[in-house]
Amino acid sequence: MVTAIAIARMSDLFAVVMLSGIYSLLSASLFLDLDAVDVAFTEASVGAGISTLLFLATLKLVPRYEKKSRYKPTLALGVVIATGALLIYGTLDMPHFGEADAPVHQHVAPRYLNDSMNEVGIPNVVTSVLASYRGYDTLGETLVVFTAGIGVLSLLMVSRRTKEKALQKVPADMQNQIILRVVAKMMLPLILIFALYVQFHGDYGPGGGFQAGVIFAAGIILYTMLFGLSLTQKVIKTEVVERLTAFGVLLYAGVGIACMLLGGNFLDYNVLRHDPVHGQHLGILLVELGVGITVAAVMVTLFFKFTWRTVKHKYNQ
Amino acid sequence: MNIIGLYNYWIVVVLMLIGFFIVIAHENLIKKLVGLSIFQTSVFFLYISMGKVAGATAPILDENYQLYSNPLPHVLILTAIVVGIATTAMGLALVVRIYEAYGSIEESDIQVQDNNDRLEDYLEAYGRKNDTHLFNQDKDE
Amino acid sequence: MTAHFPILQVIIPLLAAPLCLFIRIPRIVGIFAILVSATAFFISCSLLQEVVTGGTLSYQLGGWAAPWGIEYRIDKLNGYLLLLVSGISTIVLVAAQTSISKELPENRHTFFYTAYLLCLTGLLGILATADAFNLFVFLEISALSSYTLIAIGTDRRALTASYQYLVMGTIGATFIIIGVGLMYMMTGTLNMYDLAERLPAVYESKTVLSAFGFFIVGVCLKLALFPLHLWLPNAYAYAPSITTAFLAATSTKVAVYVLIRYIFSIFGIEFVDMSLPLGDIFLFLGLTGIFVASVAAIYQLNIKRLFAYSSVAQIGYIILGLAIETELGLTATLLHLFNHALMKAAIFLAIGAVVYRIGSAQLSHYAGLGKKMPWTMAAIVAGGLSLIGVPLTVGFVSKWYLVVALLDKGWWPVAVLVLISSLIAVIYVWRVVEWIYLTPPRIITDEIKEAPMSQLIPIWILVLANIYFGVDTRLTVGVSKLAAQSLFGVN
Repeated sequence: MVTAIAIARMSDLFAVVMLSGIYSLLSASLFLDLDAVDVAFTEASVGAGISTLLFLATLKLVPRYEKKSRYKPTLALGVVIATGALLIYGTLDMPHFGEADAPVHQHVAPRYLNDSMNEVGIPNVVTSVLASYRGYDTLGETLVVFTAGIGVLSLLMVSRRTKEKALQKVPADMQNQIILRVVAKMMLPLILIFALYVQFHGDYGPGGGFQAGVIFAAGIILYTMLFGLSLTQKVIKTEVVERLTAFGVLLYAGVGIACMLLGGNFLDYNVLRHDPVHGQHLGILLVELGVGITVAAVMVTLFFKFTWRTVKHKYNQ
Repeated sequence: MNIIGLYNYWIVVVLMLIGFFIVIAHENLIKKLVGLSIFQTSVFFLYISMGKVAGATAPILDENYQLYSNPLPHVLILTAIVVGIATTAMGLALVVRIYEAYGSIEESDIQVQDNNDRLEDYLEAYGRKNDTHLFNQDKDE
Repeated sequence: MTAHFPILQVIIPLLAAPLCLFIRIPRIVGIFAILVSATAFFISCSLLQEVVTGGTLSYQLGGWAAPWGIEYRIDKLNGYLLLLVSGISTIVLVAAQTSISKELPENRHTFFYTAYLLCLTGLLGILATADAFNLFVFLEISALSSYTLIAIGTDRRALTASYQYLVMGTIGATFIIIGVGLMYMMTGTLNMYDLAERLPAVYESKTVLSAFGFFIVGVCLKLALFPLHLWLPNAYAYAPSITTAFLAATSTKVAVYVLIRYIFSIFGIEFVDMSLPLGDIFLFLGLTGIFVASVAAIYQLNIKRLFAYSSVAQIGYIILGLAIETELGLTATLLHLFNHALMKAAIFLAIGAVVYRIGSAQLSHYAGLGKKMPWTMAAIVAGGLSLIGVPLTVGFVSKWYLVVALLDKGWWPVAVLVLISSLIAVIYVWRVVEWIYLTPPRIITDEIKEAPMSQLIPIWILVLANIYFGVDTRLTVGVSKLAAQSLFGVN
């Protein structure tokens, strides 16, 4: 909370972004304290990782300091106070924190906890709700990521010619940091293996396609930071990554269609195999893979696009 | 008793208000986005708090535990976090483009430039209208 | 196969959007998008027919029963809107290819169609779903893709407009999830119909009231109800014309649907009456919105901005119908939703055709175009007449029902105000007519020709629909009445 107030007061945007990264990490530990392991994992990798990275990439392109505002934010304060009053008013009748007999624990959720082992057959209830009971929401979520990818792609386009010219002029940033480069080379396989572990272990422990995708992307981003865009692009073609963003969504929705063709409802994994629980396993595995592919591909695309802008600006200067 | 039971929610409310305030009171486009993400994160707390059961453990089934926290809010918030990062990425891409087009990321500077554009439109419309009147008079004569 | 129609309605554009990235050839992607949208339209026709004759359809996603899994539920209300959204989308897409060839650089075309299909998916998903959280997810899909669609053009002001929309839209969406969260907290469910059953038990609690408050404010931000409309005029004015035509005709309508769904199907009108003077608030905001926005429209120099303000005013009429809180009032609202979509799609497409020819949306550049582009200009005027509410156009039908509903309720002063506000519409439409027909052209070039057929045909389909549904009201009035009856019947 102190962090949040500090963010509100500071005008150095770099510090603001750093603080918001810290804020995310603190949030993640708080989520952990509230038993939300999967959420904590995601918040740590997204809020403290990817989002801070994107902010920093943007800050490289825009001025670092905020101008002092000329207006007194009286109206804003009024709106905020009104909202706050409504919220506090709303909390008055809430079931108390941690109470086991609150309505949320009585309806709907008990079935997930009691029957998911028989119906879906995996111990991580969050994964079984995410990928099966409410699998359609997760398809939507993957589509949101894809949409953001399309948005950034269309906004931050850099033509191939500029790329080629720019590359000749701008060298990689960290050519001389030998220790970093060696360490990174050693880390990279570990990061990628860890990503795969998170991807396929999501059924038993915290993790799943989304977190794995982010970690996988982080590995590639680390590589790019140290070895430069040109080298990375030799290994990973932009066009391929762009198509992969679409492929993940197609894989997810394709599983749904396959279920329909086999006589079930959309995303009804039971029909994928003779034994419903096996079918669920297969379905969840595939859709999590779809999520992972799209997320990793979109995150890498986002990073590439922001970095290309930086390179382009340097070149233009 | 009442106050202790709701304590956690009140912290959420305060965080929410700080985030909301940053969004609407600040003029710097990046800071607004930071505020927006704080605002969203506080909503995540609201959801996760309601899923907590005192003395329970994380909802990964294991024979050693009987009491689990509610998994549904966790699932919803996973989705919401993803939506949040998608919005942030989109917003930042827009900020980059806005800076390229206007040379500033302060709302007031941008507004001044937009108003100038509009003023030019205005002058053009009425200036040219007069021209046509002149043109017509020429023809009449 | 037909059993899967509720999900296919949404899934087909959903699958098509990523496929666009594999096709990559703009011309083919364009045709593909039209086919996809047309398929969605046929599905929605068949769905509406089934719903009207056979009753509500329910589809369980993943095969999980309703409160545990996500449910799609099509009734008369959303069947009607699915038809509207997919129909308008198809017609607008037909004109898209020519229009964006001028307004967008070639390498963005594929992304444009992808974002367009994503937006369509989002809107259809919002309409079809019966799950409160799923609604939020699809709301964000449509929102993120509309930010893209707005900012994708070449006008720099579109960027700021899109940013403004992003901030406002996200605040709105966050308010909506706060509302959904509080409702979930008190009931333990996310399914809309399960909520409707469980909410009455906790009507008295302050939490539900505050949930309702947050939800309504959030949705009103999305539907640009005065005074939360600030994002709309710029977004519509500086976006590519096709985007404007599509969003103006559909996205605010879908937000109105969400409002109606929550007020009538979930909370129930009794709760609303009991807890908040919502009718009075809507009445006040609706009327103020109509007058402020109509007067603002008069002073606009950019024709897209002019009609964007007129959209804000029209939302005022739509909300006014809700404020009446009677079956007749609701019928008027639903009618105006449909009719306004027809008018605005026609007008903005016609403006798009002019932008294609002269490259500008400045009203002053329209001088004398009446002779150069007679068919396009006639379409704008026909749309304008419909906005005013001249007999034989759809605008007349919906205003007629609105006034009848107001008189039925005994609110004759409001009815008089509605009629006066139509006079303001006469003024801004007249300004357009004056520039088009009565001002001599200032630049005389022979280059300006009538719009190409690929644009004229969709424009005139919409104009003829404007006139057809203004004369033969069986379909629109019939379905609106059925939907309104069923909503009041539930409670």
